[in-house]
Amino acid sequence: MTIALDRPAASRPRRGSATMKFIGRLFREKPLGAAGAVIFLVFLFCGLFADVLAPYGYNQISPINRLKPPSWQFLFGTDNLGRDVFSRCLYGAQLSVIIGFCAAGLATIVSVVIGVVSGYIGGRFDMIVQRMVDAWMSFPDLIVLIVVVSVVGPGLLPIILVLGLLLGIGGSRIIRGATISVRENMYVTATQSMGASTFRILFRHILPNVMAPVIILFTTRVGFVILAESGLSFLGLGVPPPAPTWGGMLSGSGRTYMLQGPWLALAPGLCLTFVVYATNVFGDALRDLLDPRMRGTR
Amino acid sequence: MWAYTLRRLLALIPTLVFASLIVFATVRMIPGDVIDMMLSQNDTSAGQKDREQLEQALGLDQPVYIQYFRWLGGVARGDFGHSLWQNTPVLDQILARLPITFELGLLAIIIGLVIAVPIGVLSALRQDTTGDYLMRSLSILMLAVPSFWVGTMVMVFPSIWWGWAPALVYVPFTQDPLANLGHMLTPALILGMSLSAITMRMMRTMMLEVLRQDYIRTAWAKGLNERTIVVRHALRNALIPVITLIGIQAPLVIGGAVIIEQIFVIPGMGLLLLDAVGQRDYPVIAGVFLVVGVAVMLINLIVDLSYGLFDPKVRYR
Amino acid sequence: MHSPVLEVKNLAVEFGSGAGRVRAVDDVSFDVRPGETLAIVGESGSGKSVTALSLLRLVPTPPGRICAGEILFHGEDLLKASEASIRSIRGNRIAMIFQEPMSSLNPALTVGLQIAEPLQLHGKLTWAKAFERARELLGKVRIPDAARRVNAHPHQFSGGMRQRAMIAMALACKPNLIIADEPTTALDVTVQAQILSLLKNLTKETNAALILITHDLGVVARYADRVCVMYAGRVVESGSAQDIYANPQHPYTLGLMASIPRLDQEAGQRLTPIDGQPPDLAALPKGCAFEPRCRFAMARCRRERPALESQGGRHYRACFADVSC
Repeated sequence: MTIALDRPAASRPRRGSATMKFIGRLFREKPLGAAGAVIFLVFLFCGLFADVLAPYGYNQISPINRLKPPSWQFLFGTDNLGRDVFSRCLYGAQLSVIIGFCAAGLATIVSVVIGVVSGYIGGRFDMIVQRMVDAWMSFPDLIVLIVVVSVVGPGLLPIILVLGLLLGIGGSRIIRGATISVRENMYVTATQSMGASTFRILFRHILPNVMAPVIILFTTRVGFVILAESGLSFLGLGVPPPAPTWGGMLSGSGRTYMLQGPWLALAPGLCLTFVVYATNVFGDALRDLLDPRMRGTR
Repeated sequence: MWAYTLRRLLALIPTLVFASLIVFATVRMIPGDVIDMMLSQNDTSAGQKDREQLEQALGLDQPVYIQYFRWLGGVARGDFGHSLWQNTPVLDQILARLPITFELGLLAIIIGLVIAVPIGVLSALRQDTTGDYLMRSLSILMLAVPSFWVGTMVMVFPSIWWGWAPALVYVPFTQDPLANLGHMLTPALILGMSLSAITMRMMRTMMLEVLRQDYIRTAWAKGLNERTIVVRHALRNALIPVITLIGIQAPLVIGGAVIIEQIFVIPGMGLLLLDAVGQRDYPVIAGVFLVVGVAVMLINLIVDLSYGLFDPKVRYR
Repeated sequence: MHSPVLEVKNLAVEFGSGAGRVRAVDDVSFDVRPGETLAIVGESGSGKSVTALSLLRLVPTPPGRICAGEILFHGEDLLKASEASIRSIRGNRIAMIFQEPMSSLNPALTVGLQIAEPLQLHGKLTWAKAFERARELLGKVRIPDAARRVNAHPHQFSGGMRQRAMIAMALACKPNLIIADEPTTALDVTVQAQILSLLKNLTKETNAALILITHDLGVVARYADRVCVMYAGRVVESGSAQDIYANPQHPYTLGLMASIPRLDQEAGQRLTPIDGQPPDLAALPKGCAFEPRCRFAMARCRRERPALESQGGRHYRACFADVSC
């Protein structure tokens, strides 16, 4: 795989106009991806302003309103404790946004650090690191998550840390590949012979040129993290109740009431699917536009 | 071939060592908790003396690296220790559960291929038609649908609409194969569907790639019809990379199995792990963790080796 | 004189659509008779390979499209033939050999199966009989140890052997016409001559016609009876090999002749291109496409496109200039 993004950072056109141009391209060439981006933004907005948007509190119990079907008063109905499912979904979005962005961000940083360093230094160091990554990747993500959470206990922070580390190590392969091909490029060799420090080379030359895979990696990871966290919450190992995670809403005590209130099974799952689908198509569109050679690397 | 297999096995050793380190390091973070928990459950009046005894019995008073080598030595001899609660050897528990998860995973992979291959091929043959777009959108959508949600809906809606619910009682295959398959089919279908999403995309891409090759043009020039060209000339070549995907999907299958086993109450490795996690039964956790990792590595090795059956170009060097 | 096996009339092939539409083959006509070898010569991008592919309707569609003309095979227009009847002709009565022996054989199937395939399909032989024939054919194209090699996969063959296998495949059903699209370009110089002689001899045996697509005038000199020179999708000169060699009448042909490797040069050297760039098919001039590179260019060449005109007998050229000097 070669990444032919060998423009030095300085000669790029102004940032703002380039971004606008890119957004234009996204809407013209990848309408589905653009729709994904819009849904993604709506989701982000809902998450950020859940406190303002939600008509009820996420744990506001109201016994007289138990298991009410969807209505204008309760858009997605109520659960067995009379809590408004719509509000809980909004707060669930908040948690998903926090976990999704923090863990995907951490994962991206971990990927970049491991990938760039391993790819740039190469040689025996790279080989050892790659064997470790191999070993790490033999463990199914969910199983590592379950084991680690069982060790450190459930909670927001451990989940973010574990997911970030977990996906970060896996994703380092892609960044490593990109780094190696950039390193092979002429101009890096030229800078090296001019006596620039390794640090300078990494920051000024390698990093700007692996930016495309980094951005793509981040976007695809957001969806992945949200899905993984919901799986964990579903198993009762995520953020503990009463926090309204989408995965958690589908499990636990709510499950026994789903036969009486099937809407309980629908709303959180739809939210999840919608958001993950949106991030996936957005990520695919980004990949196709920014770096077509990354196709099929997921 | 044998030399190659041996070389591949040898290359696996450093990876295995790292894997064992990962398992040991992860699971070793708990011991304090476990002892507290055991003490509080066994005897509420337990004092410092009992604690020391227990630590000694579990070997926790030794330095960490000695603990590691002791544990590794045991694992190498097939001794994964004893469950803290059932007092049965961990290996026995794992061996009892492994075939169940294996059956589920195998069924899921087969179902995944049965769904993905024809759809992927069709999608490639009718590239850029409405059907192709529909199938591609469907496959991206299937990637996004969490299997536990599908599982939940399968439990809820058929029962509301038709009064039908999937069976939740596990029957061993050896006892009643039909009842066993009847129980496994729904979960395997759900798991297989989520696997097929990726396979489908891969199949389509590979098929498009193969259909562009010169030898396909040669096949057309011979006067063959489309069906023969697809089946005899294209499919075999396009399937080769798709086979590798099975190796890559192994972790996904096992991870997915944990959730599916929980929903459908299948007593496989996943349920064993979840129960162990609930009880903080760390020898079991460590055992399952390690076995799963090794299983994934071996599956990948087998997939690599079986390449030769499909791709005559592969010579084992 | 025999009637032609194949007669191509005013063939035109386009690629792409809308503004990006390009005419890769434009108003091309020629014919071949039994036992005759016709060479179609031109640079890459001259439309010679597309012409070859369109004869069997193998132009990838989309983006390509045969938009005009007739391809008469024993008087039947292949462009109007049904899908089933063109399939019964492909590999049976018209066979094709491609440029890349490395990639033109299916890596997953044995060579024997690939040679037996047309026999089983068109010859209605059983697979066992077809394999038997495949073994004979491999011997006929002088592959040593054919009995064993028939079960080998293409990757176990050298480039020359693969091209021999391709020839065996093409000859399997004793076709009336063989189209060989640069059959030796990808091969070693020493193997090139062997392959071409083999092809020539075997076609002579069955009195099949041979269309040889090449960019190598040296090949043409030794193997062709008649020659079509193509430039920018059009035939610029055609005639007997004798006519073209002794008396080239188009400036482009002259340029090609000047770059033929001679005995005192290293053998098998490729054409040294004529001055200037090969034409951009998307932006062809109104007049003669060769005009920008032509030594003899006149004002008229820029205004109108010369048509093919007889120079006496069956020697044609499309040029206004007098190049006799």
